[in-house]
Amino acid sequence: MDLKELYRDVIIDHNRRPRNFGRLEQPDAHAEGFNPLCGDRLDVYLKLDGDRIRDVRFEGKGCAISVASASLMTEALKGRTRAEAQRYFQEVHDLLTRADFTPTLELGKLAALSGVREFPVRVKCASLCWHTLNAALASSSQPVSTE
Amino acid sequence: MNTRAAPVRTTSALAVFDVERIRRDFPILQREVNGYPLAYLDNAASAQRPQVVIDAEAHYYAEIHANVHRGVHTLSQLATEAYESTRESVRRFINAASTREIIFVRGTTEAINLVAQSYARPRLAPGDEILITWLEHHSNIVPWQLLCEQTGARLKVAPINHSGEVELPAIEAQLSPRTRLLAIAHVSNALGTILPVREIIELAHARGVPVLLDAAQAVPHLRVDMRELDCDFYAFSGHKLYAPTGIGVLYGREALLKEMPPWQGGGDMILKVSFEGTTFNALPYKFEAGTPNIAGTVGLGAAIDYLEALGMERIAAYEHELLDYATQRLASVRGLRLIGTARQKAAVLSFVLDGIHPHDIGTILDSVGIAIRTGHHCAMPVMEFFQVPATARASLAFYNTRAEVDRLVAALERTREVFG
Repeated sequence: MDLKELYRDVIIDHNRRPRNFGRLEQPDAHAEGFNPLCGDRLDVYLKLDGDRIRDVRFEGKGCAISVASASLMTEALKGRTRAEAQRYFQEVHDLLTRADFTPTLELGKLAALSGVREFPVRVKCASLCWHTLNAALASSSQPVSTE
Repeated sequence: MNTRAAPVRTTSALAVFDVERIRRDFPILQREVNGYPLAYLDNAASAQRPQVVIDAEAHYYAEIHANVHRGVHTLSQLATEAYESTRESVRRFINAASTREIIFVRGTTEAINLVAQSYARPRLAPGDEILITWLEHHSNIVPWQLLCEQTGARLKVAPINHSGEVELPAIEAQLSPRTRLLAIAHVSNALGTILPVREIIELAHARGVPVLLDAAQAVPHLRVDMRELDCDFYAFSGHKLYAPTGIGVLYGREALLKEMPPWQGGGDMILKVSFEGTTFNALPYKFEAGTPNIAGTVGLGAAIDYLEALGMERIAAYEHELLDYATQRLASVRGLRLIGTARQKAAVLSFVLDGIHPHDIGTILDSVGIAIRTGHHCAMPVMEFFQVPATARASLAFYNTRAEVDRLVAALERTREVFG
């Protein structure tokens, strides 16, 4: 069990200084995510330009993995289309859960999340923001949960 | 004023309690986790079992098993004897007046639901009140919420103070002519607070209000005495008492149990069944429908024997010294804030660490073999009260040591380094 694999420098950095953190005024879409086991809560806000994510921000309280994952997600998705966001969702999902997974997209810093798969109970921490994003894109007003 | 010092007593509870010998009774404490000796500090969630409990269950299945209260054959009689002798062990352990007051259930949660549905529900009218406190476990909140929905009764909540204590005036202020039941923790699972239950019960009884105690966290750590406490219902779980999972106890005052209708219907709880009607069995069987958890009950009996041999007073004294030591050691960790600082506490240390989420603390501690609980501890209103999303919680048992507390403190220092 290698903690360095989980808490990589990128993760620690994005936990300490989360990017795109804070409410987005008058968002085009918004969803709330909740993880009852750890009490993590986060909100994802979107500004959409037709099919494209013009801006994405998040706000909430959570563990280092959930905050860093959300921060990395916002960086990766700004400017992407809905379809691209879907592909990233699937890619990160596989990265978090499949040991034999080879990324097909240019994941960049998101690759730092691969250490999470050695810690199965923490997978839902990393995936909460992605499920919340999906809910926002689907313009669902229901809170989502990764429990 | 006499200024001469009294003779110093050097025999502390730590000194008279041979914890290393006791640890050898618990096979799981010999294992390693992630390459480190296990330091199990999650006893408030579930305690570990001594070998005698594991053996008692195995012996029951290998030599005795048959259904209880049913057969004339030898095994059925032996199984019944094993099952019923545990009822007597429980009665003695909590000093109840009669084995008719000892109902075997799945755990504390089922015991509370039983009281809610069988005792309270038939008695409640719209506008009646059930009183709980702010520090309850969800299992002593949700059954009452369900009941209130079913009956139109109202759930009232007595506040706690910033140390996590329940003060008598806070209870007194919430007791009203409509209060039909007071349901409170004996010991808080999230904070460790030991509630002044004797005084609270007196207060409630003076108003004619019966009292249920959620004693899941009390029975493993304190000597309890039903006749001294004078409560009406007392609920606890085996698995926190070093016994198997899936077995628990509801103590109920016989006069109340007698008046209560059965909660679940089935075999064993009846005297006579016809399609025209059914005659229910006597206490305690009226509340034990279906084949019970016989093996778990046998294990519970073995756990009680083990605890009585150690002595609940000695256990409490040892754990108290360990709590004092841990409280003092944790205070040395920079940025650590204890949540729950009641004057009367069981060995539970809930805390937060500046800027570090409890879940991250839990993972880092686990990587060096230390098991603690992180999260809301099934007490979300408590978290809300202290305005934290979650806490880390180390909960100690009599088999824990100062060395394990030292490891906890060292690992917390290491956690601070990781998150710098």
